[in-house]
Amino acid sequence: MRFRQARWDEPLVFEVSTFTREGAKIDEDFSEYASELLGRLPRRLLRASLQDMPSISEVEVVRHYTRLSQMSYGVDLGPVPLGSCTMKYNPKICEELAADSRITEAHPYLDEEDVQGILEIIYTLQKWLAEIVGMDVCSIQTPAGASGELAGALMIRKYHLDRGDAGRDEMIVPDSAHGSNPASAAMAGFRVVRVPTDRRGNTDIEALRAVLSSRTAGIMLTNPNTLGLFEEYILDIAREVHRVGGLLYYDGANLNGIIGYARPGDMGFDVAHLNLHKTFAAPHGGGGPGAGAICAKGSLVDYLPVPIVDFDGRKYYFRYDLPRSIGRISWFYGNIVPAVKAFLYIAALGPNIKEVAEVATINTNYMLKKLEALPGVDLVYGHGRWRKHEFVVSFERLQRETGIGAEDVAKALLDRGFHAPTILFPLIVPEAHMIELTESETKENIDRLARAYEEIVREAYSSAERVRGAPVNTSVGRLDTVYGNLPKNITLTYKQLRSREALPSFRS
Amino acid sequence: MPHPWIPNSYIKDLMLRELGVSSVLELFSDIPQELLLKRELNVGYGSPLPEYRLRRLFNDILSRNKFRYAIPPFLGGGMCLHYVPATVKHLASRSEFYTAYTPYQPEIAQGLTQALFEYQSLMAELYGVDVVNASMYNGSTAMAEAIRLAVRVTGRKAVVLPRNMHPEILEVARTWSEPVGISLIKVGYDKESGSVDVVELEKAVREWKPAAVVIQTPNFFGVIEERIDEIASLAKESGSLVVVYEDPIFLGVLEAPGKLGADIVVGDTSSIGSGLNFGGPTAGILGIRDPEGKLLKQLPGRLIGYTRTVDGSEGGFIMVLQTREQHIRRERATSNITTNSALEAVKAAIYVSLLGPHGLKKLGEALAGRTEYLVRALRKAGLELAFEKGVYLREVTVRYARIAELRTFLKSQGIYIGPLLGRFFKELDDCCLMCTTELHTKEDIDLLVRLIEEFLRGA
Repeated sequence: MRFRQARWDEPLVFEVSTFTREGAKIDEDFSEYASELLGRLPRRLLRASLQDMPSISEVEVVRHYTRLSQMSYGVDLGPVPLGSCTMKYNPKICEELAADSRITEAHPYLDEEDVQGILEIIYTLQKWLAEIVGMDVCSIQTPAGASGELAGALMIRKYHLDRGDAGRDEMIVPDSAHGSNPASAAMAGFRVVRVPTDRRGNTDIEALRAVLSSRTAGIMLTNPNTLGLFEEYILDIAREVHRVGGLLYYDGANLNGIIGYARPGDMGFDVAHLNLHKTFAAPHGGGGPGAGAICAKGSLVDYLPVPIVDFDGRKYYFRYDLPRSIGRISWFYGNIVPAVKAFLYIAALGPNIKEVAEVATINTNYMLKKLEALPGVDLVYGHGRWRKHEFVVSFERLQRETGIGAEDVAKALLDRGFHAPTILFPLIVPEAHMIELTESETKENIDRLARAYEEIVREAYSSAERVRGAPVNTSVGRLDTVYGNLPKNITLTYKQLRSREALPSFRS
Repeated sequence: MPHPWIPNSYIKDLMLRELGVSSVLELFSDIPQELLLKRELNVGYGSPLPEYRLRRLFNDILSRNKFRYAIPPFLGGGMCLHYVPATVKHLASRSEFYTAYTPYQPEIAQGLTQALFEYQSLMAELYGVDVVNASMYNGSTAMAEAIRLAVRVTGRKAVVLPRNMHPEILEVARTWSEPVGISLIKVGYDKESGSVDVVELEKAVREWKPAAVVIQTPNFFGVIEERIDEIASLAKESGSLVVVYEDPIFLGVLEAPGKLGADIVVGDTSSIGSGLNFGGPTAGILGIRDPEGKLLKQLPGRLIGYTRTVDGSEGGFIMVLQTREQHIRRERATSNITTNSALEAVKAAIYVSLLGPHGLKKLGEALAGRTEYLVRALRKAGLELAFEKGVYLREVTVRYARIAELRTFLKSQGIYIGPLLGRFFKELDDCCLMCTTELHTKEDIDLLVRLIEEFLRGA
């Protein structure tokens, strides 16, 4: 398939029009009252000027952003095999129903009795998520996964402090973990202790034993891990960590690979977060908003952020009275619209949701088998093991033999109409491609993607220059990340751009 | 059981043959036997639902929402019902935007990166600051991040905040700050104007030498903080940074906080394109005025910047200064934020572009005019304002001994006011907020006030 992305020479919105127009009509019914009120304020508090804001007619706003949309790429255009991102199809029925004005126009301070429908959805979702992860209670107050991590780390902190155990200042994080894990642990005030990965791709249990102590607050684990491998010794890890008085935190980013097959709660995890925009098909929105959930087991339930939604047999209500709650992690009740989409997704699939893990795992291993066979490509950890939702291959050998590395291969994929996978991560794999093919990808597309890889690798050996020249079919050629990051070149607004670029049009 | 959202579920056997295994269970054989779930998950409604059943089920559930706005609600508390133009909804539902991921491959995401660069530029202009990041989750977490930013930049450990700011933002700030040793020093408000007690604030600033002084204007009571620039200078004298929380909807008529002394500005996009959504999602606005370049490298969140192609022939946009972020810097990152609120930021950019300078000014005036009209009518009806000396904008605080009954009575007529302030402030348990927006006509406000009069007469 040939791919040519739209290539509009689209100016910045500030330059779309210079004539004074308004794109939306606002009535002036109260203008004399407005002058009264504003007249009572000191002049210095009144807006001096808005002249640098753009003024554009409605039709031009629509054209501008429609053109920009044509220079963007999402799951609705083709596979987005970004590892650990779970870029599955976002069912249109979920989009349509969640846009219902009975949700979007619901004010957060309506009385509980007036929003029983929404509360029922939240309560039911909390319950389903708890069942899926094998925990007692979930809260969806966290607006994203990392926010769940922060909540979880704060819960662990408070748990130890409340027991008079003030010396636990260390959080253990494997070297294969997502960067948000150590960042969250640090935000909650922990010192981060790193443990390595063994050759089979598991957390190195000997190294783990060596760092466990009375200072261990807990361990943050992703399972399957970022190599797509199930932690084979998870029960031993849980036993060892619990033995020294630490807790286990589950990062749910990779739940897609085991949903319905195994549950973090059964593995010994005490706290878990989920990403509703990954596993449960709420869209990623070009970076967000997503929605998170934070779940807990046993005595950790008391520490969950409030409020959570509960049911007294007659009505749904907000519970604020968790005795040891860390408090609010965000205002109001979480990101409700994506949460509603997650609810609809689970409702649509029902217990059949297990099929998600099966097919995601099949797709991933099917792709790996094709990729492993290519010259210049190596699997670094866990040879001979089945992957779950994702796998990581290294292009280090290709780079050595042809000069073409992971980033070049990624750009060449763009030229063939695919989004690239996550690259150069996890850091423990040199020249990495971390590839996740979710259950919503078809065999035909996986075959096409594998052929694209094959073509690129062959080209690397035959005419490396062509690969290095990629991408050529995207809206713009390869962008210089070094140039844009030089301190003297940092340009973050239109105003800064105008003062630094003397060119008539910034695109040429 | 195969499902259309899982296309290869129809050819599982074929795929498994390709893998050389006979059963899918083999792929999960590394999971310890005792961990394999031996039963079906108890989720959903027993079996998969066809789309038409899902739609019906959902409608049944939502029909249990009892709220029906007879006229646009007067519910406030930091979020009010504003109009979201059809254009904003339509453009944000372009699935090239909403099904995209974070622009890690910028060459194929130039539209998205440009839209986010425009958001950064438009918000910086609106707030009068140098830089605004590509979004936080919402206004409350943006404030929590602002506090931590100020602490990192100054190396100080206390922050002064007013009690008259949004109580839920204060709670979030506490959750994010106190466990890591940041002290939140709260100062009261003037009983007559509802604005910050500047004497108390000044005392706190002298005593604590805080990392930052936080102000919200208009504050939670709806009152404009008229001494904001004075507060900013006294904070600066102590070497503290000034953080201002302000809803962007006011910035067509109120001076940009960056021009009144704010070093860090915080806001939320609910009013400019995100809508209510029962509280979320929205996007959190976080920006800095940074003439000396001290704040930028400590700023959390993604930043889109301009660059050129490697051959120098064209310009384009990429994520820059990623060394501040978790995926590079890990435990030394400025924040753990990963997923943000990019689509809400794009909506805000579209909204602001659509209104333009004239629309924004007229919208600010529309809010001011309605507030003035409402305040006069309420006074005429005999309802007391809690802070008679304050200048209110969009929200007003009313005081009445039987306020809860009045609120219930109005609700029975399909008219919603609130929230009652007793849930946040013990001393204000006879007070309630009311919010008026561009959605209200004179007839709407007249009807509200007529019903209040009716209630007061009968009371």
